[in-house]
Amino acid sequence: MKARVVTDWPLVLLALSLSAFGVSMVFSAGQTDVPTLVAHLWHNQLAWVALGLAAAWLASRPSVRFLDWATTPAYAGACVVLLLLLFVGKGAGTAASTKSWLSVGGLRIGQPSELAKIAVVMMLARVLAARREPPKSLMELWQPAVVVGLPWLLIMLQPDLGTGIVFIGIFFAMLFWSGVSWPLLVLVASPGVSLILAFSTGLWGAWFLLLLALVLWYKPYIAEGVVIVSVNVIMGVVAPVVWEKLNPYQQKRLLVFLDPSTDPLRSGYHVIQSQVAIGSGGWLGKGFTLGTQKRLAFLPAQHTDFIFPVVGEELGFVGVTVALGLFLFLFLRSVRISARSADPFSSLLAFGIASIWFVHVIVNVGMTLNLMPITGIPLPFFSYGGSFMLACWLGVGVLMRLSAEGRGRADSLVI
Amino acid sequence: MSFHPNDVQRRGRIASGVLFATFLFLVGSFFRTQILQHAQYVLQSEENRLREVPLPAPRGVIYDRRGAIIAENVPGYSVSLLSPREDSLRAALKRLSGTVSITDDQAEAVVRRYRRNPNRPAVIFADATFDLVSRLEEHRVEFPGLIIQATPKRFYPDGAAVASLVGYTGEINEGELSTLAAQGYKAGQQIGKAGIEKQYEKRLRGREGVRFVEVDARNRVVKEAGARQDISPDGAPPLYTNLDLDLQKFVAGIFGDSLQGAAVAIEPQTGEVLALHSAPSFDPNRFIGFIPADYWRSLQNDPRRPLVNKAIQGRYPPGSTWKLATAIVGLEEGLVKLGDHMPIPCTGGMQFGNRYFKCHDKRGHGSVNLTEAIEKSCDVYFYQLGLRIGLLKLVAGGITLGARERSGIDLPNEQRPQFPTAPANEYFDRRYGARGWNQSASLNLAIGQGENSQTVVNMARFYTALATDGAAARPQVVRAAPDRQRLFQLDSVQMAGIRGALAGVVSRGTASASRIQGIVLAGKTGTAQSGKFQGVAELNHAWFVGFAPADEPKIVVAVMIEFGGHGTRAAHIASKIIEHYLKVTAQQFISTEGP
Repeated sequence: MKARVVTDWPLVLLALSLSAFGVSMVFSAGQTDVPTLVAHLWHNQLAWVALGLAAAWLASRPSVRFLDWATTPAYAGACVVLLLLLFVGKGAGTAASTKSWLSVGGLRIGQPSELAKIAVVMMLARVLAARREPPKSLMELWQPAVVVGLPWLLIMLQPDLGTGIVFIGIFFAMLFWSGVSWPLLVLVASPGVSLILAFSTGLWGAWFLLLLALVLWYKPYIAEGVVIVSVNVIMGVVAPVVWEKLNPYQQKRLLVFLDPSTDPLRSGYHVIQSQVAIGSGGWLGKGFTLGTQKRLAFLPAQHTDFIFPVVGEELGFVGVTVALGLFLFLFLRSVRISARSADPFSSLLAFGIASIWFVHVIVNVGMTLNLMPITGIPLPFFSYGGSFMLACWLGVGVLMRLSAEGRGRADSLVI
Repeated sequence: MSFHPNDVQRRGRIASGVLFATFLFLVGSFFRTQILQHAQYVLQSEENRLREVPLPAPRGVIYDRRGAIIAENVPGYSVSLLSPREDSLRAALKRLSGTVSITDDQAEAVVRRYRRNPNRPAVIFADATFDLVSRLEEHRVEFPGLIIQATPKRFYPDGAAVASLVGYTGEINEGELSTLAAQGYKAGQQIGKAGIEKQYEKRLRGREGVRFVEVDARNRVVKEAGARQDISPDGAPPLYTNLDLDLQKFVAGIFGDSLQGAAVAIEPQTGEVLALHSAPSFDPNRFIGFIPADYWRSLQNDPRRPLVNKAIQGRYPPGSTWKLATAIVGLEEGLVKLGDHMPIPCTGGMQFGNRYFKCHDKRGHGSVNLTEAIEKSCDVYFYQLGLRIGLLKLVAGGITLGARERSGIDLPNEQRPQFPTAPANEYFDRRYGARGWNQSASLNLAIGQGENSQTVVNMARFYTALATDGAAARPQVVRAAPDRQRLFQLDSVQMAGIRGALAGVVSRGTASASRIQGIVLAGKTGTAQSGKFQGVAELNHAWFVGFAPADEPKIVVAVMIEFGGHGTRAAHIASKIIEHYLKVTAQQFISTEGP
């Protein structure tokens, strides 16, 4: 049966508005007092949006069953490409030392990791949808863990910390949507929290006590409980000791290895200039294309990673609120699509795609205000970049399809 | 997954809640940064993009008493450089030296200025020639931080003729900076270094303006104007002086480049300084911006010391011009009258103790009274008068007449005259030991030799008291209310007698060669030992201090010629000055000012 194709106009309009907003900002980012290459990039960006629209239309054609069928080959293909990248990948732009770019004959084709995110979301959706009940113990999580872990490892070897963070975000978001209980999510996340808190003994101690209480209350398998507690101890106690033993240059090397896009010494400067740009915007900003921080090259990477400070500087708090509001409605719409999907796979797929964007927005926007570490991941629909724009619109296309197929069943659902 | 509609709906609500919370958190963070901390970030962004380029204020124009310009401002250019760091400044200077010549010393000076205030453009050329500016303009693109701007430049139309008075301006130095920083002085600014320029720095300075230029992250100047409303400089109001520029030029012309010495002309009632010159002079226009090193060295090494203002800083034994002080002390004390003769007539000298004290005229003056002694400058008479007054009163009286005080002229760095302190016996005991001196000190002091060195301006001040009623007027270069101080009290007959004696000096006494047709000139010559010899003959300083017309003095003139020989030479110059003032200048004055 041919599905009724009803276009989800709110979704499409939101994505179109964001893209139009984004292209305008890429245009503005090129308006500097001393002209650079960035000046003409908005032409390219416009072309990428057009290509993205075509991709979205294509992606909205096949049925969910086709997507389900295509999941395994897509995932396998993504893993193979990521593996190949480790040998033939090239660096570019702010991340010149990594291997995240695929190029053929010197011509950069794109960043496969953007498409790999969608493939991983599809595979996760498929694995989680196959279970009647959500995973209730650590052991039961092995399948999704492997699905995310394999490409994650390949990405971290490039190395690309930003994309790695996105993968972890997707992993947790989709576990949540599949119905995994929050204590289990906390237990899974606990080693990471320990690692972050390890540098403050007091904070880590408090966290550790909370974790012990949670373990005792949730009562996982004894072995799992022991494993979680010991991993946390290792992270919290041993990691700082090892870290301290390292020479400063080794520490720096490790930081640069984890995130080559930013030299830790220069990153402070970038964040300060970003905050100055945003803060000097005020209510209504300095006017479109008139931001001085941007015009005079105080903002780093103003057309890619730091495009949001341009919004803040030139359009002010109002512009920022509008942009964030558009994102909010896009996410709400996506959640609605997930909740109204006809089957678990569709639901998880829709939620996974939205969670990609969500993590990108949080990390990127948070970075501009120094709320998040600088990892150099782009802002969906805004940052200049072909593969990412294409991937975003591909996601929109899939969501359009899922929205169209889910409509029949979920009308009764109110969110 | 658990796909029961209730479960899905519940998770949907949680997800929406998380989305809303995240949105609110982010919007709140932006609100804090963009609205609450707005002012702070605007400041930072302005600091990022704007650099202040100082716009020097034109200094106050200095006028003479009739509105002729002594110091003015002409258009000039200054060249400075904005740099983010010291090493990039050095690199830029190195590249600049390929286009224009910059010596290592100059480069170091630029770096020092930069260190003082890195956000200010470091001045490279305070006074650049048009040629240099046009060469730099051609290469403008290669030096993004280069700032060339029109700057008012000090100019003295009469150059060397007014240098002793007006002084000059120059770049503020480290020492001045450390004391004047509180008054808003900054490295690279011009400041009065000498003369009127220094004395009236506060009034002449004006207020510096600011031009805002926009720079990018690499300190390249992106926008030269309009980045923000400029603050225009406030020029200082003009400064009106009492000087008579015509007389000043005349005085400077007499001295020329060959004579060395000083002359001061004062209006006796008010103390208005009509002219003040120290020779040889220097060209203050060459001091503006950077002083050429060779010119500076030549001035410093010149044995005639052109950089010392001999009118206020040179101290010379006053010689016979001081005899008036001795006479006044005697008259005031009632120890002598104008008609009194001394016991020993002048036979060309007199014996005192075991020493023979010569008179300047070997032929002797015979028995003279005080009036005649002044006219003839008879040393023997004054030796005896000195002895009669006694050392204690001679010194105390001299001090009362201002022998130890600066004239108080409104010019910087005036030297204090040297004269014994009172009581004199203690002073001489301290100086020479109780047995090291005797009453012969009175003889020397009485004729203006010995422990007595006066400045030219201080002698002029003393003679303003003689020219008027015994009150001396403080010499004032810039217009101000007269400041008179009584030095002595004599009755009108005595004053008239003194003036008559001084007039006699010129009409029939030592300066009779300097008579002026139609003007009664009064004054006293002086010939003072300099301690310098040419062969066996001592080179004497020639003095003349006097006034005219004798009955109603309009001008007091003090002239001192270093190693000038006899005082008649100074008298000759003084009479020319007075003649010029009373005949030429007065005529001009009447014709320009009307009746």
